[in-house]
Amino acid sequence: MKFAVVVFPGSNSDYDAFYAASHVVGEQAELVWHKDTDLKGADAVILPGGFAHGDYLRTGAIARFSPIMAAVKSFADRGGPVLGICNGFQVLLEAGLLPGAMVRNDRIKFVSKLVPIRVEQTDTPFTAACFSKQMLSLPIAHGEGNYYAPPDQLDEIEKNRQVIFRYASPSGELGAEWNPNGSLNSIAGICNRQRNVVGLMPHPERASELALGSADGRVVLASVVKAIAAQVPSPKSQVPV
Amino acid sequence: MTVIDTAVLERHGIKPDEYERIQQLMGREPNLLELGLFSVMWSEHCSYKSSRVHLKTLPTSGPRVVQGPGENAGAVDIGDGLCAVFKIESHNHPSFIEPYQGAATGVGGIIRDIFTMGARPIALLNALRFGSLDTPLARRVFEGVVAGIGGYGNSIGIPTVGGEIVFDEMYAGNPLVNVLCLGIAHKDDIIKGAAKGTGNPVYYVGAKTGRDGIHGATMASAEFDEKSAEKRPAVQVGDPFMEKLLMEACLEVMKTGAVVGIQDMGAAGFTCSTSEMGSRGGVGMSVDVLNVPQRETGMTPYEIMLSESQERMLLVVERGREHEVEAVFEKWDLHAVKVGEVTEGTRLEIHERGTLVADVPNRALTDEAPVYNRPMEVPLWQKSVQEISAADLAATPSAQQAFDRLIAVPTIASKRWAYRQYDHTVGTNTIAQPGMSAAVVRVKGTSRGLAVSVDGNGRFCYLDPYQGAILVVAEASRNVACAGGEPIGATNNLNFGNPERPEIMWQIGEAVRGIGDACRALNVPITGGNVSLYNETDGRAIFPTPVLGVVGLLEDASKTVTRAFKTIGSAVVLLGDNLGEIGGSEYLATMHDLVAGRAPEINLKREAALQALIVKLIRDGCIESAHDCSEGGLAITLAECAFDTGGIGVSADVTAVGVAGTREAADSPLSTNATLFGESASRIVISCASRHLDAVMSAARDADVTAREIGRVGGETIRLSVNGQAAIESRVSDAESAWATAIETKMSRKAAS
Repeated sequence: MKFAVVVFPGSNSDYDAFYAASHVVGEQAELVWHKDTDLKGADAVILPGGFAHGDYLRTGAIARFSPIMAAVKSFADRGGPVLGICNGFQVLLEAGLLPGAMVRNDRIKFVSKLVPIRVEQTDTPFTAACFSKQMLSLPIAHGEGNYYAPPDQLDEIEKNRQVIFRYASPSGELGAEWNPNGSLNSIAGICNRQRNVVGLMPHPERASELALGSADGRVVLASVVKAIAAQVPSPKSQVPV
Repeated sequence: MTVIDTAVLERHGIKPDEYERIQQLMGREPNLLELGLFSVMWSEHCSYKSSRVHLKTLPTSGPRVVQGPGENAGAVDIGDGLCAVFKIESHNHPSFIEPYQGAATGVGGIIRDIFTMGARPIALLNALRFGSLDTPLARRVFEGVVAGIGGYGNSIGIPTVGGEIVFDEMYAGNPLVNVLCLGIAHKDDIIKGAAKGTGNPVYYVGAKTGRDGIHGATMASAEFDEKSAEKRPAVQVGDPFMEKLLMEACLEVMKTGAVVGIQDMGAAGFTCSTSEMGSRGGVGMSVDVLNVPQRETGMTPYEIMLSESQERMLLVVERGREHEVEAVFEKWDLHAVKVGEVTEGTRLEIHERGTLVADVPNRALTDEAPVYNRPMEVPLWQKSVQEISAADLAATPSAQQAFDRLIAVPTIASKRWAYRQYDHTVGTNTIAQPGMSAAVVRVKGTSRGLAVSVDGNGRFCYLDPYQGAILVVAEASRNVACAGGEPIGATNNLNFGNPERPEIMWQIGEAVRGIGDACRALNVPITGGNVSLYNETDGRAIFPTPVLGVVGLLEDASKTVTRAFKTIGSAVVLLGDNLGEIGGSEYLATMHDLVAGRAPEINLKREAALQALIVKLIRDGCIESAHDCSEGGLAITLAECAFDTGGIGVSADVTAVGVAGTREAADSPLSTNATLFGESASRIVISCASRHLDAVMSAARDADVTAREIGRVGGETIRLSVNGQAAIESRVSDAESAWATAIETKMSRKAAS
């Protein structure tokens, strides 16, 4: 299968995602410039971490106007798997592909550390190879990862089982002390109603090799490989005429 | 037209004899603009005029050196056609005036130096010094500097992987912010900052020029006083997104092969880049300031030439290939503007709308800058600070009391409060996390890794600048070796007071002599660096603080070890000799409020043997952990080995040694403390499986390095005894919690003012 990794001018984890998809998971991958308008026939799309357009205004706020986002949106509408990591998650929120918003971390400061997260749902393309309540140790590195949604929307997200990852203790308990940024309901990642678009703040691509301290994140990209293989026919992104 | 009188010269920091020299070099009186060019280029910051005679004595060559000092950064060969490109640079003065922006732009500046060479930056480290965290001022500066370092490095996506932080009142008015950047380049792709080829166009790209930072280099070349806060406009504002665009675009444009030379506009901005590129290439350059993109209206040629606006680059492009270069910058939404061209001859000609407004031989600004062999004098107090009187040490604390205090001293305590604000995982190369002594990053596409450490020790250098500098080189190099890296290159940042004072100049001379001797003995060439002088406030200088950044090469990155013990039951071995030296130690500073005594002795032959041994042991896979003994001595080192292990303890017994240089009985409380907290050089604590113990001991014998099994890994406590007498017993979890939270506890205390 083939991954497309979108490159915004301020993306800084684009090559990390590309490397994890190609060198670690061993699939095809291509970096796609944000001014491009097609996804080069990819089976899955990754919006990587970084500061897409500097993000001095609001993280991810300008990226949704990048030409490639129309292609990402239509790919998602057709059911194609889209993963937003960190800033990519923020872009998906700003683009309306995922519900809710990100605000400044509750402890104000940028936070960079390895945190345990709990897999809540396994029926998305990016958790298909996980088991329920599986614990993953993944790095976070963000200043605005405090997930927020108005009460009604949050209820609906929970009711629809759209929360995919939560911050938790190493043994899986929830609690304020395990929530690194103040996210509502300890939310680390969510999906859309159709479950094909997933966003998360932690970086699975940075924890895909034991040499880097954790290989737990590999399962996220491995999941989509499994999901694509199981899927007939593939929702391949189409090259526009 | 402004008359150049004494007042004008003073405002430009130009001494009367320097002005005479300018007139000689020019063959006439300079105009005000020309005087401005000289003032920034001849500032201490740009010209190294006080340090140059000393720096020339440093060893700068070696079989691996691809680029020594004189370029934007140094480069050493790491095999497979790749180079490690690295350099350290200070942003001390701006970081005091405006901590966030001062530190942020310091990070930005050193990153530009690295990608300017054609290297992709892969890691940042920093060496920081602040006043005591018990003062609101130091907390504010520390908070701002850390946020600034993070704010810039995190955005651009270069991981901050390590460093060191020391707190001491001597830095209260002059914090130190030294940043090292490491990049990787293909040897053949290394590109230099030299202009060549008459008629080749000169391009300006990046942020627009504003009035920020005018005379920043001059500011960095003067002491502080109570009026320094007024200099705030001379600190620049950083834009990491612009730098990210510049970095990607420059690395891409270099691949076209159409770039002849490139240089960033750092200190002294447009003036420095035009004159240095011209003089390096032996050519002239003609520019028109009208073409320079400007952020503000009505800027004069003087302001444009002297602005230190950030994130700007100057490129010389092969004539006829302009479109290739322009296309790449357009892709990144950057506008590359032609501002002039390379000319025959050797003059820097500056025009304003076609009218010649300055005409200076470019070498006059660069190579012909004055070089001073300033007078040096041993300070009158030097001898007396090397003595410790018995009265000073009257109330000797118990080893346990000292341990409990030292473990939570900010200089020794975990720096996680700082490095958790730094993205250290971006780039997926970080193998050793921050806080593990040396940082280790892998080199993708190879099996190799690079270990990097930055170290300084102001106290040792204050007590003896020569000996102290040797100790600093040895420590940085030893840290790299403790991660398995064979030291292959170094960069230095010299932080001192006012060189016009003979006793400060003596410190500089002695420290550089020490660095040179140590680098020669340890076979580590210096490939570049930075000098920051005038670190004084109201006449009080910082401790002389040379900081060394050493890069080491691991052929197999997976072999690296950290300080943390791995296995219960493993043997704990001390390599090197415990000599009971407490001079200049953290123990004396913390328990007796004393910075005194003799700096520890060091035998560089033994040091080299020790480092070669540890590299070999790690390469052979014989050991599980390695940790250099430094601040806090053996006791703190052993405790740190037990931290980040999930609570695995250690019990060890060490042989009592007397207090070096005294007749103290070996069984006195002071001797016990000297044994446990003395900071003798050339010591490493390792742990290894029992089955490897014989191999380790015999390798040590072969290398002529003292090795003693002092204990075992295990239990839930750190239990240390001296000659069988219990001295320290602390639960790992208690000690670790005190160590881990000490800085955040101080920082969470809301500043009263």
